[in-house]
Amino acid sequence: MSKDTVTNKTTDWLDERLGVAKGSKKLLNKIFPDHWSFMLGEIALYSFIVLLFTGVFLTLFFVPSSKEVIYHGSYAPMRGQKVSEAYASTLNISFNVRAGLVMRQIHHWAANVFIAAIVAHMCRIFFTGAFRKPREMNWIVGVVLLILAIVNGFLGYSLPDDLISGTGIRIAFSIVLSVPVVGSYLAFLLFGGNFPGTAIIPRFYIIHVLIVPGIIIGLLGAHLAMMVRQKHTQFPGKGRTNKNVVGIPAWPAYAFQAGGFFFLTSAVLAALGGLVQINPIWLYGPYIPYKVSYAVQPDWYMGWLDGALRLMPSWEVVFAGHMIPTVFFPAVALPGVTFTVLALWPFIERRITKDNSIHNLLERPRDNPKRTAFGASVLSFYVVLFFASSTDVLANTFNTSLNFVLWTFRVLIFVVPAIVWFFTLSFAKETALVSDAGKRKRFQIISRTESGEYISTEADAYSERHEDQIRELPEALLGHHDHQGSKDLVGAQSSTHSGVRGVDAIFRDPHRSRGKDPKEASDAANA
Amino acid sequence: MSTVYNGEGSQSDAPIVSKKVEAVISISFLISFLATIALGVVFWQGGQPQLEGIFLAVGLLGIGVGVVSWGKYLVPQGPFVEEREELESDEDDKVAFEASLARGTNELTRRKALTRLLALSLGALGVIQLFPFLRSLGPIPGKTLTLTDWKPNARLVKPDGSAVKVTDLEVGGVLTAFPEGFAGSAIDQVVLVRPALEDIVTRPGRETWAPQGYVAFSKVCTHAGCPVGLYQQLTQQLLCPCHQSLFDVLTGATPVFGPAPRPLPQLPLKIDSLGFIRAQAGFDEPIGPGFWERA
Repeated sequence: MSKDTVTNKTTDWLDERLGVAKGSKKLLNKIFPDHWSFMLGEIALYSFIVLLFTGVFLTLFFVPSSKEVIYHGSYAPMRGQKVSEAYASTLNISFNVRAGLVMRQIHHWAANVFIAAIVAHMCRIFFTGAFRKPREMNWIVGVVLLILAIVNGFLGYSLPDDLISGTGIRIAFSIVLSVPVVGSYLAFLLFGGNFPGTAIIPRFYIIHVLIVPGIIIGLLGAHLAMMVRQKHTQFPGKGRTNKNVVGIPAWPAYAFQAGGFFFLTSAVLAALGGLVQINPIWLYGPYIPYKVSYAVQPDWYMGWLDGALRLMPSWEVVFAGHMIPTVFFPAVALPGVTFTVLALWPFIERRITKDNSIHNLLERPRDNPKRTAFGASVLSFYVVLFFASSTDVLANTFNTSLNFVLWTFRVLIFVVPAIVWFFTLSFAKETALVSDAGKRKRFQIISRTESGEYISTEADAYSERHEDQIRELPEALLGHHDHQGSKDLVGAQSSTHSGVRGVDAIFRDPHRSRGKDPKEASDAANA
Repeated sequence: MSTVYNGEGSQSDAPIVSKKVEAVISISFLISFLATIALGVVFWQGGQPQLEGIFLAVGLLGIGVGVVSWGKYLVPQGPFVEEREELESDEDDKVAFEASLARGTNELTRRKALTRLLALSLGALGVIQLFPFLRSLGPIPGKTLTLTDWKPNARLVKPDGSAVKVTDLEVGGVLTAFPEGFAGSAIDQVVLVRPALEDIVTRPGRETWAPQGYVAFSKVCTHAGCPVGLYQQLTQQLLCPCHQSLFDVLTGATPVFGPAPRPLPQLPLKIDSLGFIRAQAGFDEPIGPGFWERA
C-alpha cells in the first residue's frame, strides 16, 4: 500500500468517508493545453478574486447612505462641507483607513482589468471558434457574465456619490426612463421615486456587493464546471486531434503555473493600485445635482454607450400621445441588440454554416476569414463608439470644433467597420493560402515501451498506430520524473504499477527542445 | 519559451539547469518575503499608499515568479495526451434515462387536472410575490414627471437660499436658481441668464417672459438630464458637458448642436416692486429628458 505519510493519512481519512480518490485522481491528471491566449480567462478569474478580497475590505468602512453630513475627516479642502455619508466614508477610506486608499484603488483597477480580460477572453473564444458545438451554453454563460461585470462595474463606480458618478446615475435614470411603455414605472421602482431621491445609493450598494457578485459566483462555477466536463479546446497541430487533449497535467505543472499566475495578476493590480491614481473623488467633489464638471466620462467599459449617446442624432419619436425618447436608441436598443446577437452568435453561425459536428479543435482566425472579418468589423464599430465618448476632449486637444469632431465620428462609425471588414477578409484569405500556415507545431512522439526501449515516431503516424496503447497519465508522468528528491517516489510507483501494459507517450515539440534532435535525446536517455 | 525539463528530458544536463532554476526561484521567494516584511513595517508606521502598493506588488510578484517557474521548469511538462470521452451517452443509457424521467412526467400528464391546478397555484404564488416589490420599491409615477415646485409668484433663490435681485446679474451674467424653499433641488434648477435685451429673439407668446433681459431655462438637459452648466458668453450658448448639446440662449434655448431633441423649457419671469425676480407661472411643459407618457 501507499506510504504512511501525513498526506496519505489525510487522503485515506477523506477517502473512507467521501471516496475522493477516484474523482480526484482524474482531476489531478486532467490535461490542459498550453497557449498564451488561454490565460486571458484566467486573468479575468484572478481579477475577480482580487475584487472579492478588496471589496470585502471596503464594505467594512463604506457607508451606503445619501444622508447629508458635515465632513470632518483629514482631507482639509473638504472639511466643513455638506456631503453624503457615502461620499464622506469614501474619503475616510481614502485618507483615514490604513491601507484604505490602496485597497480602494486596487479594487477599482481590478474592476477595469476584470472587464478588459473578459472582453479579450471573449475575443479569443470568438475568433478561434471555441464557442461552436458543444460549447454554445458556456458561451451564453460567458456573455451573461460580461453583462453582469459591466453592470456591477457601473454600480460600484456610482457608490462614492461624487460629482462625476452622480452625473452618471442621473444619465442612468434618464436611460431607464426612456424605455417605451414601462420606462417611468421602472425608473421610479429602481430609484424609489423621482430622481434623485435617497434610495439609490443603498440599493446600488446591496446589488453591487451581494446580488450581482452572488450571481457571478454561481455562473462562474457553471462556466468552469462545463469547461472541465467538456475539456479544453486546443489548436490543431500534429498529434492533436478532435478526440484528444494534448498539454500539461493539472497537477503539478498546471496548478503551479496557474497558481503562480494568480500572484502575478495580483501583483500587477497591487502595483497599479499603489502607484497609479484612479478615481480621485476628492478632486471631483461631492455630487450636487446642479453642478457639473468638465469632461464627464465613465469608466472605459461604459465608453461605447457614452459615445453612442453622443453620436446619436436628436431624433425623438412622437406618435399617438406617446414618445420614444432619443436616448432609447443608443442606450437601450443598442446594448439590447448587441448582447442578444452576441449571446445567440453560436446559433446564428450554425444557421449559416449548417455545421452540426463537434468541434474540439480551434480554428486560427485566418482559417475562417468571414467570421474573422465580421468579428473585427463589429469590434471596430464599438472601438469607434469608445473613442466617440471623448469628442470634447479630442476637440480641445486638436483645437478643432466640436462640430467637426462629431461629424467625423458620425462618418467613421460607418466607414471604419467597412474598411476593417474588407481588409481583414482579404488579409485572412491571403494568409490562409500560405503553405504550412497553422502547421508550425510539428511533434515528434517519443515512446517508451515496457522494456524501457525508446521509439521516436512522427505524430501523425503515431496517432494512427498507437492510439490504443496510450496509457493513463500518472505512470507517464512519474516514470519520467527525475528531478532531485523524487527518485524513491518513482521507484515506489513503478513497483506498484509494474505490469501495466502500454507505452508512455510524450509529445515533443522541436522548438521547445533547444535544438536537440529528439532522436538523439531519446538515445541519450536510453543510454 | 523553452522547457528545461520536459518529462522525458535529457538526463545529463537537467540537474545542472535545475540547480540554476532552483536558485532563481529561491531568490524570488526571498525577495517576496523581504517585501512582505517591508509592507508590515509600512503598515506599522502608519501606512503610505505608494509604498504599500510597491511592497504588496513585490511580495506577490516574488511568489508568482517563483511558483510559475517551478511549474514551468522543474516539473514534467509533457506534453501529455488525454483522450476525450464521448460526451453523448450511448443509446442504452439514453433509453434508460428517458424511462426514468417518464416515471415522473407520466404522472404529470396522466393527472392533467392536478397538474393544471398545481401550475395555477405556483403561478399565482410567483406573481403575487412580485407585489411587495411593485408596491414598495417606488411610487407610481402618475403626474410626477410633469411637475416641478415652480408656482406662480415663486421667488428665485440662489443655491444658498438667498433671493435673486434684479441687480444681481450684469449683462452677460449667469447663475443657477431655484424656487424659494427648494434651493438645491435637482428637478427645479433653472439657469438664469441675462443677455442684452435687444439681442433676444422672443418666441411668440413669450413676449413678457424676459423682463430686462432676464431669461430662465430649466437646467436639466432634454437629452439625458445632466445639468446644462456651461455658459459660453461669447456665443450666448449653454453647453451640456455630458454629451455636448448646445442650446442657443437668444432664441429660447433651442438646441443647435448635439443629441438634445428639444429646447430647454423656459420659465416666465417678472420683477416685483422690491426688485426680486419671480416666476410668473410654472413651466408650460415637462422638464428634462423624454419619457413614454410625455408627448
